[in-house]
Amino acid sequence: MSENDIPHADVVLQPHGPMLIRGAATVQDEDGVVHPVERPVVAVCRCGKSSRLPWCDSTHKLIPRG
Amino acid sequence: MPEPRGPVSEWVVARLASYRPSALPRPPDTPSTLDDEAIALWTLHELSYQGFEDATELAESDPDVSRTRFRLEATLESRLRERWVRVAPTPAEVPEALEQLAAQDAGPSLADHVRRHADADQVLEMLRQRSIYQLKEADPTTWVVPRLPTRAKAALMELQFDEYGNGNPNRLHAHLFARGLDAVGLCADYGAYVDGALPETLELNNALSMFGLNRRLRGAAMGHLAAFEMSSSIPARKIAQGLDRLGLAGPMSAYYDEHVEADAVHEITAAHAICGTLAEDEPDQAAEIMFGAFTCLDLEGRMAGALLDSWRSAA
Repeated sequence: MSENDIPHADVVLQPHGPMLIRGAATVQDEDGVVHPVERPVVAVCRCGKSSRLPWCDSTHKLIPRG
Repeated sequence: MPEPRGPVSEWVVARLASYRPSALPRPPDTPSTLDDEAIALWTLHELSYQGFEDATELAESDPDVSRTRFRLEATLESRLRERWVRVAPTPAEVPEALEQLAAQDAGPSLADHVRRHADADQVLEMLRQRSIYQLKEADPTTWVVPRLPTRAKAALMELQFDEYGNGNPNRLHAHLFARGLDAVGLCADYGAYVDGALPETLELNNALSMFGLNRRLRGAAMGHLAAFEMSSSIPARKIAQGLDRLGLAGPMSAYYDEHVEADAVHEITAAHAICGTLAEDEPDQAAEIMFGAFTCLDLEGRMAGALLDSWRSAA
């Protein structure tokens, strides 16, 4: 048995959803602004439609899947 | 303790107030009103949370008290199962089935009303109803931790840690809600508004407590969690907008604001890492997860409908 026998990634790209990042202290957005992270897992927007960029606010669920 | 609403809750309150075995008549075992049974069961469940100043702690394990709780839970559970539009996905299909269920939910929306139309009195009434659960936010779910297999347990703890403020009491969600109540001029004492709680509010709370307290219902508890988180992020944003519109920005608005980003993470964790892995590890829980998720959306819709109806008829 390896040290980590159960798959467990720190960064997860959610299908039709955000990027989950575990254990980050800061995230830099496209404009170079550094945002502090205040929770153990944070969701970074991938659809670009969030009202809380760079964070996900679940707006992607309102976008029809092409 | 709350004001009784009929014979069952009268018996419960009297029994809890004076602990002397056999000092009181046997509990009534004939069906009463939904309202009476709901407040009675709520009161009995609270013995496992914060208890009551005017109830003895010994009552939690009193046989007559337990028997009454189990009888009321059985009635509630069979009512919830009768309402359930049954779906039974394979374990691998559970996360997507949860997403579909939440996406297709057509129940009445308090958040839409609060965002655009509600007046301040209506918002305060919604907050009083919400306070029955929100002041113990996440607590019933924590009871499920020791009953889960490894992957689901680790994921639930990660989610709950966030609910409890990641170790910082100032960020504990129930505490954020209490600060919000205080800021909008409402009482933040635990259970302060239970006497005004609608039967629908009590039923929603009782289902959550019942799922949390019974190992047998662990799948339903996790399905409930997933549906709750999946129907939280976008509505939380609308409620925060409504609060701002009414000049109630500040700590209560910040509470809902916190849930926009938190629950965008939690809904994925709950559907995939918790419910998905639980169903894989314990395939017989797949249908139970869906039962819990359906029940969450159904009861939230009933509570929203009851509030919206009361405002419509008052208008």
